Amino acid sequence: MKTRILTAILASALLLTSVAAFTSCGKTESDGKITLTNVSYDPTRELYEQYNAVFAKYWKERTGQDVEITQSHGGSGKQALEVANGLEADVVTLALEYDVNAVRDAGLIEDGWVSEFANDSAPYTSTIVFLVRKGNPKNIQDWDDLIKDGVGVITPNPKTSGGARWNYLAAWAYADELYDGDETKIKDFIKKLYQNVLVLDSGARGSTTTFVENGQGDVLLAWENEAFLSIQDYPDDYEIITPSISILAQPSVAIVDEVVDKRGTREVATEYLQYLYTDEAQRIAGDNYYRPSNETILKEYADVFNLDINLVTINDFGGWDAAQTKHFTDGGVFDEIYE
Amino acid sequence: MMKKASKRVIPGFGLSMGVTISILSIVVLIPLASLVVFTSTMDIGAIIETITRKRVLASFEVSFITAFIASAINAVMGVILAWVLVRYDFPGKRLLDGMIELPFALPTAVAGISLTSLTANTGLIGGFFDKFGIKIAYTRIGIVIALVFIGIPFVVRAVQPVLEKLEPSYEEAATVLGASRTRIFWKVIFPEILPAVFTGFGLAFGRCLGEYGSVVFIAGNQPFETEITPLIIMAELQEYDYASATAIALVMLLASFLILFLVNLIQTRNAKILKGGS
Amino acid sequence: MNKETIGSKVVKWILIGVSILFAILMLVLPLITVITESLKQGWQVYIDSVADEYTVKALLLTLEATVFAVVINTVFGLFAAWALTKFRFKGKKLLGTMIDLPVTVSPIIAGLIFVLTFGRQSPIYPLLQELDIKIVFAVPGIILATVFVTFPFISRELIPVLEAQGTDEEEAAALMGAKGWTIFSKITFPHIKWAFLYGIVLCTARAMGEFGAVSVLSGHLRGKTNTLPLHVEILFNEFKYVPAFAVSSILVMMAVLILIIRSIVEYIGKRESEDVR
Repeated sequence: MKTRILTAILASALLLTSVAAFTSCGKTESDGKITLTNVSYDPTRELYEQYNAVFAKYWKERTGQDVEITQSHGGSGKQALEVANGLEADVVTLALEYDVNAVRDAGLIEDGWVSEFANDSAPYTSTIVFLVRKGNPKNIQDWDDLIKDGVGVITPNPKTSGGARWNYLAAWAYADELYDGDETKIKDFIKKLYQNVLVLDSGARGSTTTFVENGQGDVLLAWENEAFLSIQDYPDDYEIITPSISILAQPSVAIVDEVVDKRGTREVATEYLQYLYTDEAQRIAGDNYYRPSNETILKEYADVFNLDINLVTINDFGGWDAAQTKHFTDGGVFDEIYE
Repeated sequence: MMKKASKRVIPGFGLSMGVTISILSIVVLIPLASLVVFTSTMDIGAIIETITRKRVLASFEVSFITAFIASAINAVMGVILAWVLVRYDFPGKRLLDGMIELPFALPTAVAGISLTSLTANTGLIGGFFDKFGIKIAYTRIGIVIALVFIGIPFVVRAVQPVLEKLEPSYEEAATVLGASRTRIFWKVIFPEILPAVFTGFGLAFGRCLGEYGSVVFIAGNQPFETEITPLIIMAELQEYDYASATAIALVMLLASFLILFLVNLIQTRNAKILKGGS
Repeated sequence: MNKETIGSKVVKWILIGVSILFAILMLVLPLITVITESLKQGWQVYIDSVADEYTVKALLLTLEATVFAVVINTVFGLFAAWALTKFRFKGKKLLGTMIDLPVTVSPIIAGLIFVLTFGRQSPIYPLLQELDIKIVFAVPGIILATVFVTFPFISRELIPVLEAQGTDEEEAAALMGAKGWTIFSKITFPHIKWAFLYGIVLCTARAMGEFGAVSVLSGHLRGKTNTLPLHVEILFNEFKYVPAFAVSSILVMMAVLILIIRSIVEYIGKRESEDVR
């Protein structure tokens, strides 16, 4: 009798677990409403919040269907990893091509996704700039000021933060130009730069906190859109310095083929990404401090962005796979400068 | 050794073992096994090469040293706190008692951010120590602080129930016999609570070893200086290098297993001595 | 004798002083930081962030995961503590170690192992797909991770107490013919009830605050698989510093609430036991 009570407790516990297993699934689409999951990276939430509303309205007008978009934000590399491991994303809108390639390598996205949409599937771009304290007390104007003694630099670790790889590559591009491709000298430059790094946070947001909230360092290497967000919060405390050379950061968008085929959402997913290139969406990107890929719209924001900056692209490094192998894998240049 | 005969006097062995083993398997053993299986697809040479890279070794050193110091501090402070909470009456005791679990409820990231802002040289505590030239945040001291915060409930809550249960009659008897208080503590009370202290220490140590969320904010993450092993694992994952990540993870897993096994050994041994003596 | 008491009084206040100083530095100040940061932009921002639709959904999910974790771990903890302390068998130490292991496993590894077991790379993934069961990046994964990180909390509280108590009383009762449940409820439980309560409180607090493992397993789907700690992280990463702290303050308040409930239960319980005497 008593054992039966206990067995009942056990049975109920197991039952509860299985109930949990089933509550989350079985929620199928009802009454013609389409759901779409957009797995993105951290600071794009406001951008997509505004865009999703615009797109939902457009889709309703075009097809009469309601579309509900679920957002997911996190570190770009981590997000890619989750999609590769079974997070059902219809589209990914990540910080760099390399992360989308990781999803491709897991077999979820077909080859050639880069050319599926205009501008290498990057509807908006950004670049790397310096955020310095108001009045620029250390007089930091360009990359070579960062390797001077007594300058404290804050940047995230390129090994854990996809975005930080752009920072590293932008510095490399400057040194490449300065030393005319002499690799020993370039490495030396990069080494000095990272010796001046006071705190190597794991992500972009952590670095911003270190610089802004905890007052460490003299200069923060940041994505332009994130630097603008900090200025917006503390207009009297910081200013943005645009270096002479930087890199064109291209956040990539792609359709996750396996998922859209399974869920039957290819049409709406394609349209969702395609619509990012319309004037209206490009202006939303601009309002959120991303540089619109449409040149005409970009010019409308000439008073916001410094358009004279000399931008190299990832192709100058031979594409992401080459850059990754050379610089960031174990034993690569980034490891070398710390040995 | 009368105990042998009493092996199955108490009912419920089969049932309780059955439940224990089955839940343990589903939640812990099977998932952990998949880690082992995954790593075993790598060949031994590659595993050894991965875990003996200089940077990885340096991170082991950082993680082990800071975790050990932090749990040692926790063991001492934990016993003091538990003692104060059980034996003394003072205003605000309940409040103090209630606060012990806070480190658990606060998400580790929030704890990390708050502690960093306090201990950075612009913060309240950090500013004070900065006058003496001591940096806390972005050094190993900062890591230890974060780990002490994370681990403190383990020791306090392990020792407290045992202290509460301790019969005051022993101590009274000892006092009547003229033993000094310090002597009573070391000879009578301390041996009783030692197993619990070890349990708390072991759990805190293991937890500190693997802590990620709070440490990444306060550590500064400089390779060879303040880079902890979980961060390396995270970096490997970001590079989509599952094999390296799981290999390093396996080392950490073995380490925590060994520590715990040792703690359990000492603990049962102690319990036996105690029982034999009484 | 008199000297002894003065000495012990000094010791008493030194110890209390040390404890309070430690608590202020390590526990109160971080807490105050959370509260002041959350109110930095005034009440309106605070209320807006707390009452946000996604915050509420995250809160509900956190509660759901916590309840599951506590129930499952309670069942497990009682059985495991009973098995480990009332019987002698081979491999006991190994079993004890296995139970403790989850606490010491890095949260990242904890998340990773579930992804490896149930994710797309797992051999059983096709089967799960077939049955339309989602574990990783869905609610069950979050519950599993929460159960995992809080796994030994209840059994670990019970075992030292049961060990210190020994098995004599239960053996006597069993020899007199008492059944298992009677022995447990009449003899064992009164000894362990405070430890049991501590265990539940610890488990609840830890389950609410768990971040690392859940973060690896959740997929961060807004309004679907975001727990409160994850919501905090997301707000933080979106450069919403103040709202992030505002949401963390909910967790702090929940913790305080649990601790108040515990104190009340303890108070009533102790008064009752005094009445009986």
